[in-house]
Amino acid sequence: MAVAAPVARSAARSAARAGARVRPGLVLALLVLAVLVVAVAAPGLITRVDPLAADPLRALAPPGAGHPLGTDHLGRDVFARVVYGARHSLGIGALATALAVGAGSLLGLAAGLAARLAGEALARLFDVLSTFPELLLALLVIAITGPGTWNVVVAIGIAQIPTYARVVRAQTFVVRRSGYVEQAVTFGHSRARVVARHVLPNVVGPVPVLATIGLGQAVIATSGLSFLGMGPQPPAPEWGTMLAESRDYLRVASWVAFSPGVALTLSVVCLTVAGRHLQRRFEGRTP
Amino acid sequence: MTAALPARRPPAGRGLAGLRVPAWLGTPVRRLVTAVAVLWAAATTAYAALLLAPGDTVDILVGDGADTPEIRAQIVAEWGLDRPEAVRYLSYLGRLLHGDLGRSYQLQRDVGEILAGQVGPTVRLTLAAAAVGVVLAVAVAVATAGRSVWPRRIVSAAELVAVSVPQFVIGIVLLFVFSFSLGWFPVSGAADPQALVLPALALGLPVAGVLGQVLREGLERALEQPFAVTARSRGLSERAVVARHALRHALLPAVTLAGWFTGVLLGGAVITEALFGRPGLGRVTMQAVTGKDMPVVMAVVILSAAVYVTISALLDLAYRLIDPRLRSA
Amino acid sequence: MTELAVTRAHPAAAGAAPLVAVEDLRVSFPASGVEAVRGLSLSIAPGECVALVGESGSGKSVTARSLIGLAGPGATVRASAFRVGGGDALTFGPREWRRVRGRFAGLVLQDALVSLDPLRTVGAEITEVLAEHDVVPRPARPERVRALLAAVGVPDPDARAGQHPHQLSGGLRQRALIASAIAAEPELIIADEPTTALDVTVQAQILRLLAERKAAGTALLMISHDLAVVAAIADRVLVMKDGLVVEEGPAREVLTTPRHDYTRELLAAVPSMSAGSRRPTGTLSPTPAPRDPVLAVTGVSVAYGSRRAVDGVSFRLHAGETLGVVGESGSGKTTLARLALGLLAPDAGEVSLRGGPWSALPERRRRPLRPAIQVIAQNPLDSFDPRHTVGRLVADPLSALPRRQRRERAIELLGRVGLPPELLGRRPRELSGGQRQRVAIARALASRPEVLICDEPVSALDVSVQAQVLDLLAEIQAEDGTALLFISHDLGVVRHLSDRVLVMKDGRVVEEGDVDEVFRHPRHPYTRELLAAVPRLPCSPDERVTG
Repeated sequence: MAVAAPVARSAARSAARAGARVRPGLVLALLVLAVLVVAVAAPGLITRVDPLAADPLRALAPPGAGHPLGTDHLGRDVFARVVYGARHSLGIGALATALAVGAGSLLGLAAGLAARLAGEALARLFDVLSTFPELLLALLVIAITGPGTWNVVVAIGIAQIPTYARVVRAQTFVVRRSGYVEQAVTFGHSRARVVARHVLPNVVGPVPVLATIGLGQAVIATSGLSFLGMGPQPPAPEWGTMLAESRDYLRVASWVAFSPGVALTLSVVCLTVAGRHLQRRFEGRTP
Repeated sequence: MTAALPARRPPAGRGLAGLRVPAWLGTPVRRLVTAVAVLWAAATTAYAALLLAPGDTVDILVGDGADTPEIRAQIVAEWGLDRPEAVRYLSYLGRLLHGDLGRSYQLQRDVGEILAGQVGPTVRLTLAAAAVGVVLAVAVAVATAGRSVWPRRIVSAAELVAVSVPQFVIGIVLLFVFSFSLGWFPVSGAADPQALVLPALALGLPVAGVLGQVLREGLERALEQPFAVTARSRGLSERAVVARHALRHALLPAVTLAGWFTGVLLGGAVITEALFGRPGLGRVTMQAVTGKDMPVVMAVVILSAAVYVTISALLDLAYRLIDPRLRSA
Repeated sequence: MTELAVTRAHPAAAGAAPLVAVEDLRVSFPASGVEAVRGLSLSIAPGECVALVGESGSGKSVTARSLIGLAGPGATVRASAFRVGGGDALTFGPREWRRVRGRFAGLVLQDALVSLDPLRTVGAEITEVLAEHDVVPRPARPERVRALLAAVGVPDPDARAGQHPHQLSGGLRQRALIASAIAAEPELIIADEPTTALDVTVQAQILRLLAERKAAGTALLMISHDLAVVAAIADRVLVMKDGLVVEEGPAREVLTTPRHDYTRELLAAVPSMSAGSRRPTGTLSPTPAPRDPVLAVTGVSVAYGSRRAVDGVSFRLHAGETLGVVGESGSGKTTLARLALGLLAPDAGEVSLRGGPWSALPERRRRPLRPAIQVIAQNPLDSFDPRHTVGRLVADPLSALPRRQRRERAIELLGRVGLPPELLGRRPRELSGGQRQRVAIARALASRPEVLICDEPVSALDVSVQAQVLDLLAEIQAEDGTALLFISHDLGVVRHLSDRVLVMKDGRVVEEGDVDEVFRHPRHPYTRELLAAVPRLPCSPDERVTG
């Protein structure tokens, strides 16, 4: 022990140092995410301009006084629309992710804990469902329900359920067979206690990490469906819808496309950066 | 949707569609069984969607098309709606087995015919995009793996952006720069090969981002393995260690992901075709979804499952060729 | 191809220039702030076998790899003199290093399953060396590969060359790895723990093979944590600790009359195969009184598919007694442990605990009895819930107690295994290997078990830590009268601790009896083979008297 201890301790210390080091990228990402949360919760704090107020006389005005990011083809303020658009793009993405994570985790846990045959059957079902391209699955839902905000939430949520269900089931399986769960059994603890104390916490632990990264993908999916005209209907300011509208004016008014494109990209990049940081920290902690 | 992250990649080392079939069934049999299972599940999912949709099945199948008593009678006859539920389902499966994808009552044409006419442009687009993705990813990963910190940071930042930018945003940027500003490529259409360049880039760049990350991670992991140390101890140059040893190891996780890339490319084709005004399966899908033309939507789901199954089987084979441990196992 | 063995004129003439001469070697990793080697001097004469011995983290591997310019990414290597293969290594660029590697020195690592490229055939790996250094022209290469494999004792070399590492047994693929290391006829073989992953009988074969290469005139730098392995082959031994050489000299001298305390400590810690070393506390009579056994295993069998992992095994374990179970990998030791723990139901036979049924009980009825039989696993980290602190881990079996008492009891248990209460809030990953195993022991003691099953409890530990943990187990047994089922592949460790021993092979018990009796007069040929294969330290004078 005399030999090994200092090594282990210094390794732990250097790991702690690495974790504590301030990463400028992460700080920036968290700042952007904080602003986005404000935009979703209270867009009125950021801009007082009505995102729906049209002014045909000032249509396609370039960025300048009064309209910091210019106006669109109906003369609406692009900045206000981008700010209010956060609620649609990120809100739908978040709700869809919540639906997918919630349902997916429950199904995955059920499949992981169920008796062998039922669990296998569920697992195979997830496998098959996750082979479909998510966008096509979402479009299949939309074909039935029609376009609209809530339908997009349901469509994307359902399309992403198999992904989470698979991950959670695999994790449940690993934890169930782990040395520490077996060890807990040898203490004579009841099955319920072993599941509650050892299995559940270790299965659920990584889910928020997954959800953070998954949220970015859900936002992309949301704006993609909106871009195709399936999301919140005009005049609602959704980023994907705004991009779709801007395409016809790209030659004369690139700013109309620029702002929602940047907002969308920045959101997803920041969510991904934050998610990966969580993931690294998580993986650093568990073997 | 655009490329998801490696964090959500399917678990490595599993066969076709991640399905497991008892080992006593030989490999070819197993592959066939899983392929059939996936196709059956796709057909059943599409059928379930039809049943679960609120409202009368005939109304749903008519969709936004012309609603005449003749068409309604035709639907009842062709879908066997006057017969028991089980018979209906089985005759639906039987029809699919014969390669009959049904009929679009809006367009009054066979679905198979509609899709067949649109396969060409989509295949060209997805293949070109796949080529863009693979070539870029391999080139960048090999060039930067194990290099000093800065090139790797720059590349991984670029990959992060490529992964995070939706395909249609990439597409709009490409359109703005290369079509509207520089005028190098046409804005839309699919008439000449030049028109393929921008859509293929828009569709392929996110794939390159994910694939590049996976490959680079794989290369770096392989270069730390004992066998890489052994290879260096034989006097091999670092480039030879990458080319002869590490690259094959890095390809393994990439190959397991490739089935998933198929899905990304197929889904992304819908958006890319809409943005660039290209004909193709994506365009047909969008028209069908907008017009609630269920037979076409269902057929697209089944077709994409079939494509997926085929590609997975090929990749399974490739995996076995690369990894001898699977061959003898 | 007998010419292979003696292709080179023997250069070991007296006064020949050393192959390697390093002075004041310092290797550091600035990125992590680690100074792995801190001023080491080393020379290797042609045909000589030098051993670097030390525990994990002593810098022995880094030293060896520095000699071929592979200290690792980000390493800074400095030395006041650094001559390798007649050149000044301080001036070497990548090109010069590549000429040294393979051609001047071949490297043999631990575990060929991962040290040979698992995606390539064994033949391709050997051919790579031949091609890189252009040893023989291309058409002659397949024949040379065959000859090399034959020279290292691989039977049917033609077929083996076309196989992948995973298709070969552990011993064969280690031989193939050696073949690739000697393909360019290097003057020096660097062997870094070349036998560590191997069963003891295979280890003996590989050591013999390395000795053959040495006899053929190749110099050998052998790196090992195991003094006994080194004793069989080394001319000179360097003992390393914390990046420094603490003792150096002719092998026999260092191993029999060590001058440095640390060497003495290492030697004392090696569980000796000779009699009389058993039971350091010596408080218990080696033959237990004929009472009822606490654990009785009667004719149990378990099959995985068509393979019988455990086949008709019976034994009795009495209070205060230690029953050792030895066997090589795949002999069914761990399956036997799981059977005894009631984690696996036998296909046939029965396990009974304290005279009552055990394996026959439904899990619900087994639960209340479980505290009486506890386990200590080889890798404690696997058996710790990754989210829990040491305090929670140790208190986990004490769910019946109120919170306050649980904490007190946890502190008391840590004290028993020699750990301070400050560790309560720490996470197992922050602890050293020895500390982790102590935590595992503390936790196993929490329920005051009558039977303690130890499955390779010290295999992952350095030898000095190993000795401390073994002493702790013996001490606990002496105090509590716990019955120990002690499973290990290491015969020295088993002999050190056990009263009786079972020798297992392919799921069956081939020999059983009093540990001294079995080790001194083995009856079964397999036991004899095992015992003969164990590398031994040269006898020190005092042992010669008692042994």
